[in-house]
Amino acid sequence: MPGTKEIRSKIASVKNTQKITKAMQMVATSKMRRAQDRMRQARPYAEKMRVVIGHLTEANPDYRHPFLQPRDEVKSIGIIVVATDRGLAGALNANVFKQTLYLMREWQRKGATVNLCLIGAKGLAFFRRIGVPILANVAHLGDRPHVKDLIGTVKVMLDSYREGKIDRLFLVNAQFVNTMTQKPVVEQLLPIEAMDTEGLQEHWDYIYEPEAAQILDGLLMRYIESQVYRAAVENVASEMAARMIAMGAASDNAGKLINELQLIYNKARQAAITKELSEIVGGAAAV
Amino acid sequence: MADPHTIHVDIVSAEGQIFSGEAAMVFAPASEGDIGVAPRHAPLLSLLKPGEVRVQTPDGQEQHFFVGGGAIEVQPSKVTVLADTALRAKDIDEAAALAAKQRAEEALRDRGGHITQAEALAELARAAAQLKIIERLRKLRS
Repeated sequence: MPGTKEIRSKIASVKNTQKITKAMQMVATSKMRRAQDRMRQARPYAEKMRVVIGHLTEANPDYRHPFLQPRDEVKSIGIIVVATDRGLAGALNANVFKQTLYLMREWQRKGATVNLCLIGAKGLAFFRRIGVPILANVAHLGDRPHVKDLIGTVKVMLDSYREGKIDRLFLVNAQFVNTMTQKPVVEQLLPIEAMDTEGLQEHWDYIYEPEAAQILDGLLMRYIESQVYRAAVENVASEMAARMIAMGAASDNAGKLINELQLIYNKARQAAITKELSEIVGGAAAV
Repeated sequence: MADPHTIHVDIVSAEGQIFSGEAAMVFAPASEGDIGVAPRHAPLLSLLKPGEVRVQTPDGQEQHFFVGGGAIEVQPSKVTVLADTALRAKDIDEAAALAAKQRAEEALRDRGGHITQAEALAELARAAAQLKIIERLRKLRS
């Protein structure tokens, strides 16, 4: 009876794998919901921030903050890439990296050098082979990223911008469209593209404490940080959605595999029985 | 606003909304000293120090919120507090930036040297898959 035992143990191992993938799918589903909630919670801050910055720039049209000032010549750009820490999330990271490479090539063709800032362990594993300078890195933020873990990383990029080491700053992350679709998106962080000043209330004559420039600086910095935070949270939601789908597909495939193996097993078992019977019959006839 | 004796307060942080509602009075730790904001206060924009924001609701109760810093915008009928979730100070930020830089440098230095366990596992999986294909091809040929 060669083979049947091996097939049986193979079936058992595939069943175990299926249990794991099913569990991962369920975990990802519940984590995705929580990540979506956090995404929603981050929204009011960014909106309020945009309104206050809008008021401030409106009230001080003569003061131009470097973050709001586009530079004519772009010698160097910075890209913040948000990736996941763990794999088994389908093509999510690969798509983000592909988008980043396109962006890099586009600017390199224009003669600009590229500096990277990587969030997430997978980004580091991928981009460090390419030989592009990596200015900052943070990984293992977990399923619940916090603003305080991102401050340092973002500051490195903002300082580089202030010092003129980079002239433009981009953010690449996986946008959560819905459970089935996650799309890599590129967003320009710096210089901040004109804020929509329409719909703002009438002109306010503010009392400033301390002076307007300092407040604007603090606000803009926090605004960028909140954008990166939003991207990190959205990426977690995308990761979980992608993992949910990938693990669902894996469970289905495992089910198919088990069915196939079961058929093979049945055939092998039947063949063994037939053989044994014919041996007995043959043996009886010989006597 | 409908009621001239109250002021609408929104306290938001990057990680979520903390408070939204009407208040009779708001106290906040502005960078130049604590301020109290009553309804129809003059427009004011200020940075905040780490400390406590107190909101007095119209029914006389008081709510306390800790902020790690941030900014406050006051308009006659509306107060917006943009709170930081983390304690902020120049040197803390500086240290965090330095740590982020160092992590990147260390990661780059590692290149080519020892590979991480995850990479080794991926390499192993790739090799196993190749072997499997070779075996299958052999079977087909024989």
